[in-house]
Amino acid sequence: MASEKIDNTYEDPTHRAPLVLGEDGSFQAVSDRISSVVEVPIKKTAKPWVLLLLMALSGLALLGGALTDLIVTGNILPGNPSGPAGGAGTGRWGLNHPVGWAWDITGFVFWIGIGHAGTLISAILFLFRQKWRTSINRAAEAMTLFAVVSALLYPTVHVGRVWFLYWVFPIPNQMGAWPNFRSPLAWDFFAVSTYGTVSLLFWFVGLVPDLATIRDRATNKIRAVIYGIFALGWRGSARHWVHYERAYLILAGLSTPLVLSVHTIVSFDFATSVIPGWHTTIFPPYFVAGAVFSGFAMVQTLMLIARKAYGWENLITLRHVENMNKIMMATGTMVGYAYGMEFFIAWYSGNEYEGFAFINRAFGPYSWAYWTMVSCNVFFPQLFWFKGVRTSLGASFVLSIIVNIGMWFERFVIIVTSLHRDFLPSSWGYFRPTVTDIATFIGTFGLFFTLFLLFIRVLPAIAISEVKGILPQADPHHHDDHAHGKEAAHG
Amino acid sequence: MGERPDTNEKLPDGMQPFALVGYFDTPKDLYETCEELRDAGFKMDAHTPFPIHGLEKAMGVGASKLPWIVLACAILGGIGAFTLQWWVHSVEYPQNISGKPFFAYEAYIPVTFELTVLASAFGTFLGLWGLCRLPQYFHPVMQHPSFHRATDDKFFVAVEANDSGTFDVDRARAILTKRGAHEVVEVSP
Repeated sequence: MASEKIDNTYEDPTHRAPLVLGEDGSFQAVSDRISSVVEVPIKKTAKPWVLLLLMALSGLALLGGALTDLIVTGNILPGNPSGPAGGAGTGRWGLNHPVGWAWDITGFVFWIGIGHAGTLISAILFLFRQKWRTSINRAAEAMTLFAVVSALLYPTVHVGRVWFLYWVFPIPNQMGAWPNFRSPLAWDFFAVSTYGTVSLLFWFVGLVPDLATIRDRATNKIRAVIYGIFALGWRGSARHWVHYERAYLILAGLSTPLVLSVHTIVSFDFATSVIPGWHTTIFPPYFVAGAVFSGFAMVQTLMLIARKAYGWENLITLRHVENMNKIMMATGTMVGYAYGMEFFIAWYSGNEYEGFAFINRAFGPYSWAYWTMVSCNVFFPQLFWFKGVRTSLGASFVLSIIVNIGMWFERFVIIVTSLHRDFLPSSWGYFRPTVTDIATFIGTFGLFFTLFLLFIRVLPAIAISEVKGILPQADPHHHDDHAHGKEAAHG
Repeated sequence: MGERPDTNEKLPDGMQPFALVGYFDTPKDLYETCEELRDAGFKMDAHTPFPIHGLEKAMGVGASKLPWIVLACAILGGIGAFTLQWWVHSVEYPQNISGKPFFAYEAYIPVTFELTVLASAFGTFLGLWGLCRLPQYFHPVMQHPSFHRATDDKFFVAVEANDSGTFDVDRARAILTKRGAHEVVEVSP
């Protein structure tokens, strides 16, 4: 592949590196390369994809089983039988005093955090004119949506009687009761549901021109009709592009403070409580940095697989991989700073409960989890200081998975270690996950990957129109004579 | 997509075309043609696979009014959200929860912010399609035999007829041909 020949990870000030390495560099080649993945007939679907989908579906089935069991035993069967599995209802998740929040909220924060990279790539990097984002933003936005779906599953089930979930909406009901808008949990509902909705709108707006491309390339009627409906009759009118580009800019502008607010509000769930280890002002920025960190790791994992599987080495270049690694290194270091600062403040505040909570985190019964977290999130990402590591696909893949393991542990450590040793030593406990806990967590991966695999099969996973827009010849003032055109053409 | 019988290089006598449509291979050719057409007083639209930087100026099209729609939605969303929270906790059902004040305006900020963003996003989304008049099943330029490439790799220009009678199809054709446009045809309304 051409990417092996042209190294676009070196910055030469006299000659900007190309953002995508075009095959023959034509616009049609971009359409072909991306759309062909979607246009494969059903019978010719790649075998590895089918195998992965089957694996994901079995995870999904596990999720369905675990949650059905949880909901049925908790609410429908008479007498709420408490069994060795941990009890009934959300007790199936091993929740009990003193640890009333454990893997469920850990899973919720883990998935919401992963979603943040998608919005960061699609909105914040857009506002900063980071044009390299165009190859990865579509898939990252899709990942955001599916991560939010996986995340929302946890609070949905955690309310206990799931059929009363509509109580979180401010709609009149027969009891005259309303959500308590002064509660961070109500803020969280509004933040996450707004985030999911805005991400969906943003994603769909971005998809419309590409759906029109697939509609117009369609060689059979069914495909033309289905993609045609969702393409809304888009015809690429320049008058429409004027509105479209403005809409895209506004949505990016709205999503930027939104994404920062979401994990801030998620952190308020903890920070506004009075539990030592949670009640800290560092939480909002610390959570946002951690969210971006884990999200980029997930994008990296997924994109490294996709570029290999679909031969997108020219579109998702080594430069993309390296840039994502740099962001991971930066955010990982921020997270490391937060870990250190938490300890410093616990000592400096002179509050003995706060001090105990942190000593207990690092040296108490959960110290194994704490040091797993620190190694995965702070020590390993420091390897990205070496260019050889940053530009190695294998190392990037392994480290991206390590980071996600570390970030799951971060949420587990924050939540469980702060709860398990209560103010009263007589009520101290040790949380152990139940079968339902593990099945639910594996199941959310099943849900996430089912959705992601279907996405990558039926929708263009790279933004076709945006990639065309960053090719040198897309500039209306582009000159074919190379010596003159280069600096104007590459952004 | 499919060729239509009423699309021809020249429409039968007496039929007023909707537009004269042709296409170019590069954004540069399209851009320069649009500038020339604009200076010659023609009204036109372009159809391109991706937005071309500055093309709206070359065509003489103004900026989008979308930000005003979004601003209106943002203000309504923000005021609506804050009013809802005040009304729920101060008027409809004042309830003492953990001793928090009924009118705790500080605590209303997160939800006010979120609903402002939500209303703005819906305003952007619906405003965009409203301004574009989409979804739309049919548009006359789609009759051009190669129009399916407008979303792929060709850069279309449609010089549009208008009611004032100043549309000189032969002059427009001369400009397009001189600039090297392919498949210059008249499309019926």
